[in-house]
Amino acid sequence: MHPCCGDGLFHVPEIEALLAHASWVRDEHRSAAMLSRTALFVPTCTQVRGMATLKEIRNRLKSVKNVQKITQSMKMVSAAKYARAERELKPSRPYGTGAAAFYDKVDIEQDREKPRHLLVTIGSDRGLCGAMNSNINKLLKNYVKDNADKEIKFVTLGDKARQALYKTHSEYFMMTYSNFGRQPATFSDAAEVAEAVINSGYEFDVGEIYFNEFKSVVSYNLRPLPLHSLESVSEADSLAVYDSLDAEVIRSYQEYQLASVLYACMKETNCSEHSARMTAMDSATKNAGMIPGVNAIKSLQSVQVMENQSTRNHCSIVLYFSVIIQLNNAFEL
Amino acid sequence: MASLVSRVPRLLQAVGRTLAVQATRSYADAAGPVGMSFTFGSPAAAFYNAATNVRQVDVPTFSGDIGILPSHVPTLAVLKPGKLTVYEDDATVNQFVVSSGSVTVNEDSSVQILAEEACRLEDIDPQLARSGLEKAQQQLSAAGTDAERTEAQVALEFHEQVVKALE
Repeated sequence: MHPCCGDGLFHVPEIEALLAHASWVRDEHRSAAMLSRTALFVPTCTQVRGMATLKEIRNRLKSVKNVQKITQSMKMVSAAKYARAERELKPSRPYGTGAAAFYDKVDIEQDREKPRHLLVTIGSDRGLCGAMNSNINKLLKNYVKDNADKEIKFVTLGDKARQALYKTHSEYFMMTYSNFGRQPATFSDAAEVAEAVINSGYEFDVGEIYFNEFKSVVSYNLRPLPLHSLESVSEADSLAVYDSLDAEVIRSYQEYQLASVLYACMKETNCSEHSARMTAMDSATKNAGMIPGVNAIKSLQSVQVMENQSTRNHCSIVLYFSVIIQLNNAFEL
Repeated sequence: MASLVSRVPRLLQAVGRTLAVQATRSYADAAGPVGMSFTFGSPAAAFYNAATNVRQVDVPTFSGDIGILPSHVPTLAVLKPGKLTVYEDDATVNQFVVSSGSVTVNEDSSVQILAEEACRLEDIDPQLARSGLEKAQQQLSAAGTDAERTEAQVALEFHEQVVKALE
């Protein structure tokens, strides 16, 4: 709501008088008017609660239409990207569950009391895709708060986490990857991240990967996956049932599994991102099309036609006024 | 073994049962396969997803070529470039070429093979494979740095195995 001068619309003296003394004129506007009266520039009119003129409403409608065009085309782009991401998600699902199956079965326990933690989060570069990035940011913030006595490091994929948290939590960032989510993730991307995590020299005791698991076009779920260090795997008791293992095999196996798990998580995130953006843009487009003002402005025009034809009588002014109020409510002007 | 057990008199049935149990342990295939849950895929394609109709899988690994039957002892291994053969229950044999990756055999007889790259053997063009082999050989002889040499060696090994698998 912004104050604006009632210009042009209300030339009927009765209404102007009514407005000037109306009880719903906001106090701050009155006091502003009082102040300015003592100032050098004498205002030409008293400020009342902003009533939009027809022109303003037309402009507003036009800008809504333009925004609608933008959201419409963003939706189309996201739909195409989502279709591709979903197609690629299908083979990567068994790949991811296959990679995680071993860790489920060996059942390695992570002792959360141990001092060094590593969080790998997979988000996106761009926004307008629902709450997936803010979920991650919230989680990182809370994790730091809840584990204040631990050493925590972040590895973040996607610009959003870095943009939101780097100012306040810079000491926690170990690595950040940008340019994530524009192109579909490839296995070599995952391998690069896995290699960087392994070569970082950070010997973590507790590791977790956070990503948004794709469920359907309208829903995704922030999900953690345990990230095991080489030590915790090779020290696991249940590893004894596995035959013919040597340190080299476990090491290569572990490195490859990490890349595979990351790859599957990246694919899930890609799919969630595009589907969420598609849904968001779809509803934005619909909302823009559903403005009650579109109908109101039509009746406003018909009132104007009526006015031109007949003399201004009391009835038409009331109608005019009610339409204006309707429009103001619609646009929250 | 089962028919022998059925002939054992009632008094000895308890013993017979232990015999039967032992038989299940020693002849996994004869006593009705437990059925392995077989997953095999690459990032680009999933060939088997928890399939139960697989009898045997022959896998090339760095610890040697292994044949996996149902109830195989749990193990982990690293895939080596080569030919991977899957024998299904209905006697169909599917052959694949894999580059590298991981092999997991779990205690519950589930098997996961994740390859970095994999494709069906029949989809490979033999001529392209042979020219790839030549290219890899040239690459190796032209390699200057250690990293280049290692890269060329990997490529060479892979192409050698592809050509071998095609023969």
